[in-house]
Amino acid sequence: MRRTWSLLLAVFVACAAQPAAAQLEADLSSHLISITSNFTGTELLLFGAADGPGDIVVVVQGPRETLTVRRKQRVAGVWLNGRAVSFSDVPAYYAVASSRPLAQTVPTTTRAQYRMGGEFLAFSVAAGTQNIAGAELAAFREALVRNKRSASLYFEAEGSVTFVGERLFRTNIVIPSTAPDGTYNVNIYLIRNQRVIDQKTTPLSINKAGLERAVHDMAHQQPAAYGVIAIAIAIVAGWGAGVVFRRRG
Amino acid sequence: MSLYLPIAEIALSIPLLLLLGGVIGLLSGMFGVGGGFLLTPLLIFLGVPAPVAVGTGANQVVASSVSGVLAHWRRGNVDVMMAGVLVAGGLVGAGFGVWLFALLRRVGQVDLVISLSYVLLLGTLGAMMLAEGIRAYRRLRSAPGRLTKLHTHYLVHRLPLKMRFRKSRLYISALLPLGLGLVIGIMTAIMGVGGGFLLVPAMIYLIGMPTVTTVGTSLLQISIVGSAVTFLQATSNQTVDIVLAVILILGGVVGAQIGALFAGKLRGDQIRIMLGLIVLAVGIAVAVDLVLPPADLYILTPVAG
Repeated sequence: MRRTWSLLLAVFVACAAQPAAAQLEADLSSHLISITSNFTGTELLLFGAADGPGDIVVVVQGPRETLTVRRKQRVAGVWLNGRAVSFSDVPAYYAVASSRPLAQTVPTTTRAQYRMGGEFLAFSVAAGTQNIAGAELAAFREALVRNKRSASLYFEAEGSVTFVGERLFRTNIVIPSTAPDGTYNVNIYLIRNQRVIDQKTTPLSINKAGLERAVHDMAHQQPAAYGVIAIAIAIVAGWGAGVVFRRRG
Repeated sequence: MSLYLPIAEIALSIPLLLLLGGVIGLLSGMFGVGGGFLLTPLLIFLGVPAPVAVGTGANQVVASSVSGVLAHWRRGNVDVMMAGVLVAGGLVGAGFGVWLFALLRRVGQVDLVISLSYVLLLGTLGAMMLAEGIRAYRRLRSAPGRLTKLHTHYLVHRLPLKMRFRKSRLYISALLPLGLGLVIGIMTAIMGVGGGFLLVPAMIYLIGMPTVTTVGTSLLQISIVGSAVTFLQATSNQTVDIVLAVILILGGVVGAQIGALFAGKLRGDQIRIMLGLIVLAVGIAVAVDLVLPPADLYILTPVAG
């Protein structure tokens, strides 16, 4: 029964993907965020219009990274790192915004397909992790999402997409200062009768600029010179303070 | 007022970082420790990634220890010859330490080894220094005006390769400071600290140096080892955040000068009691963290590359 249902759904989705008149338009207030020295995080406005009533779901995914999740275990009264699982293809940043609670908007299979919700993110277990499956793997997966949520890098803001009238909608996307630089993907879905009937993708770029970029680039491109400069600054600063204080003393 | 740090990739408050640097600098100038054992855990607590905290901490330690060395140099409290022998041992030890670190990493217990060495070293050293400082303080109080011995003679004075260290008024085997430097070098590589908190008491109790010269001499050794570590971290891991370091340094150099002024006014036993208390407190904090159940049983660590 369940299988037939999802098969049927897949057919519907395939039909929806056929070129049709644009039913959804959306854009971001800015497609480029420059990280400069006064960057403390930012908020982007996402706005758009649909051709009629429906629900809007926005999924933002940051650049991919590889992470190791370690479980602590108690040995002789001391907590130490036990089992470790590495996941690749982990979005460094992930946000979902929707006009209504997701559970009421779309069926689980659709949520899984479009990654609507942290529990539906698909990480792959990185090479080198052996003999892990089932409940244990699920526990590590959940721990990853939980840790990301508490670091404010993953969040679900259900009900945060607001409609102005029947067609215009808007929402704010929060980018914390800890969000890494790179290319982000913003996907906007229009949902009617539990089905995704149109979608738009718009890119978002977060880049270091100015002094932040110069320092970061030099550290990676000329590490030896960077190291010497770091030491020189430290020695000159230490010596300079000594001279200033001797004159005063 | 916040500033975005380019390598740490996090925005932190400038006044808070200046204050942190100042406190570390104060400790450095007063006690001859680099302050890395305190700075590194505090930076991590503020949200700086651990490798960046270690690399940048080494850089800040260079500035505050250079500042401290100069202050002590003017008072004639630096034994260059002793520092040279310590550094020679330290470089060999650092090489061995890097190899040991890689081995521990393969086994997967490097975190535990770091925490346990903190607890073990800081706990015992802090307690020892505190106890000794209190004993010295009591002696001084019960017999005012009596001169205490410059140093005591131990078994180690029978070792070969004797050298004369004029500044410290010592005639001892060079093997002793060489071996001490070696141990400190290993620790620097594994724990990411300058090792001053171990060096100062070891110079006093093992080598028998007068407390006055240990502080300046230890600072000279730390500034050289700290420079080496900064360079290695910058070239192999790109984990030195110059912007973060500059703010910490600004606070630190001022703190170090104030600390050196304080140190000149305090007696050796008082310095030892205070340093003992601080070292012991950090050791206990690390121990509590090891034993208390963690807030989340699982932790995330980024994989480089």
